[in-house]
Amino acid sequence: MTQDKDQILEEVTANEYKYGFSTDIETDTIPKGISEDVVRIISAKKNEPEWMLEYRLAAFAHWKTMEQPNWAKLKIAEIDFQDIIYYAAPKQRPKLDSMDDVDPELRATFEKLGIPLNEQKALAGVASVAVDVVMDSVSVATTFKETLAEKGIIFCSFSEAVQEHPDLVKKYMGSVVPYTDNFFAALNNAVFSDGSFAYIPKGVRCPIELSTYFRINAMNTGQFERTLIVAEEDSYVSYLEGCTAPQRDENQLHAAIVEIVAMQRAEVKYSTVQNWYPGDKNGKGGVYNFVTKRALCKGDYSKVMWTQVETGSAITWKYPSCILMGDHSEGKFYSVAVTNNHQQADTGTKMIHIGKNTRSLIVSKGVSAGKSQNSYRGLVRINKRAENARNYSQCDSLLMGDKCGAHTFPYLEINNSTAVVEHEATTSKIGEDQIFYCNTRGLSTEQAVGLIVNGYVKEVLNQLPMEFAVEAQKLLQISLEGSVG
Amino acid sequence: MLEIKNLHAKIDDKEILRGINLTVKPGEIHAIMGPNGSGKSTLSSVLAGSDVFEVSEGSASFYGKDLLAMPAEDRAREGLFYSFQYPVEIPGVSMVNFMRTALNEHRKYNNLKPYTAGEFLKLMREKKNLVEIDSNLTNRSVNEGFSGGEKKKNEIFQMAMLEPRVAILDETDSGLDIDALRIVANGVNKLKSKDTATIIITHYQRLLDYIIPDFVHVLHNGRIVKSAGKELALELEEKGYDWIKKEFED
Repeated sequence: MTQDKDQILEEVTANEYKYGFSTDIETDTIPKGISEDVVRIISAKKNEPEWMLEYRLAAFAHWKTMEQPNWAKLKIAEIDFQDIIYYAAPKQRPKLDSMDDVDPELRATFEKLGIPLNEQKALAGVASVAVDVVMDSVSVATTFKETLAEKGIIFCSFSEAVQEHPDLVKKYMGSVVPYTDNFFAALNNAVFSDGSFAYIPKGVRCPIELSTYFRINAMNTGQFERTLIVAEEDSYVSYLEGCTAPQRDENQLHAAIVEIVAMQRAEVKYSTVQNWYPGDKNGKGGVYNFVTKRALCKGDYSKVMWTQVETGSAITWKYPSCILMGDHSEGKFYSVAVTNNHQQADTGTKMIHIGKNTRSLIVSKGVSAGKSQNSYRGLVRINKRAENARNYSQCDSLLMGDKCGAHTFPYLEINNSTAVVEHEATTSKIGEDQIFYCNTRGLSTEQAVGLIVNGYVKEVLNQLPMEFAVEAQKLLQISLEGSVG
Repeated sequence: MLEIKNLHAKIDDKEILRGINLTVKPGEIHAIMGPNGSGKSTLSSVLAGSDVFEVSEGSASFYGKDLLAMPAEDRAREGLFYSFQYPVEIPGVSMVNFMRTALNEHRKYNNLKPYTAGEFLKLMREKKNLVEIDSNLTNRSVNEGFSGGEKKKNEIFQMAMLEPRVAILDETDSGLDIDALRIVANGVNKLKSKDTATIIITHYQRLLDYIIPDFVHVLHNGRIVKSAGKELALELEEKGYDWIKKEFED
């Protein structure tokens, strides 16, 4: 039976990455490498105002003084930042009058990925998601803009926001993640090309899910997008992010920034299903995913919830965080990180309690298979004046086979004696007895593993919007089916 | 029909089953009794398809098919049910989802269409009533946080759902209070038919007050050393296992 399991493991790891195709589309790229000139070219291509260029140049100057961080439990082959193309855009007619004008090749690509660009079609079913689609360096389409505009909600590409809503961008961009924050954030600030912008006005509940879909297509290209979400007083929005990339032998760099600002009593839910190409089973290729995601719970009683399902990328370096500034503000982090083959993940969160009566919850579920390494790294900091802060953290690791690793690095910094901070951690292996129990009820070992893993991560998947949860469940099944030894 | 011939099984070179012969026909109830360490649980888990033990000799045929050549899931799909002495907890997996997946696997194996959600829920309600299981047990995760009695009732419920041809109940009575014992036994009796057979592995005769066996076998040192009708169970209850041990010491 052990042999059977090895065989199943073999079969599963041989499972093709479903989104590995690439699109043959004319691409506008600039030469490889990074320099002040490149930063200027990108800014010029986007017709940016002077202040934006200044901002980029400042970030670039700062980036040059920094070194790539190496504190994470990751083995990273040296990245040659001069060997990357920093701007690539699918060529298409410059101005789109309607969704029907989207290049058919592009449309086909996104249909293949299951992302509807056609509003008519989406409307026929009940519209529940508005999508901003980013391919390589630019946003290619945003759906349901008009519908949202009726409520005063702004949802558009970041480039468009820079042009159309400069005051908002100026006010909030960099207010949560300044360009000095870290190496990859500085890089992003210098060369970011597009991303999404959402603004929910006071008192408005966004009636549909907002979603950004990121796709890397062009070769040797880095993707540097940024997302900015501003939720005014008493507003609500649920935001989804999905990502895939073609199968390529070279590593692709993805360094993104997400900033969220939540005012008084505002609530923001941000869900990610990350499925960048993880590399092949020998560890060749795959996306290097270095992402800075942070939310500022600025107003009293504001709430932010991060939910992430991380199954892709060769390397994941990502810590969606909450700065709990407003009194009674609340931050939640739900995470499933699955690693297989040679994947490495170092992920977790930071909960910074500044306001009084702030609360945070961390639920992290790691699943490691193959020869992968999966680390949870989390910081809970209770500042001096954060009276009555509460945190509960639960970090579970599930191991499949004996060649993978699971690690937990919790950091607790508590500077106020009224704080209540709890941390629980478990590490377990999928039990042979659980599998056998399922077998005796007529389930194959593969089905049993799928069922057990889905049961294990259910608490997190339950936080995802319905369609996304189903997608995530399928993804887990594909990533792990039977990978037990 | 289940036919076991000269079955030997070992773990780490230690032989535990040393030539079991047993034939179980439709409609029959067999009780297998014996002292601790006689091989009762080994026999049942070998038949269920556990890979902890290695079969070194002998055969077992199940309705004409080679049982020992089948993986555990196929044995189940062929209609062999194994009720665990210690049912396993599977956190986060709802009983409904678990049972529906299992049942539809059985149906697929037998070239039947999967049950729709409606059909399945109706069937589940019927079976729950039949075995008197609390409706909230099926809303919980598989065995998670169940009491000993609840776990055993849940085994019988699963048996009712899967409608096996042969059921092996491994020490189903252990850890049960008298009420739970009655419910479990009633469930087994209700599920009994002329086409199904039951093998009851037990230490005590208590359960056999409720489920009347057609045959009682005594297992000792990996062999069936005595077979008789239900009166044998009473004799064992009265005299204990020592006389068996003495009689068959080798």
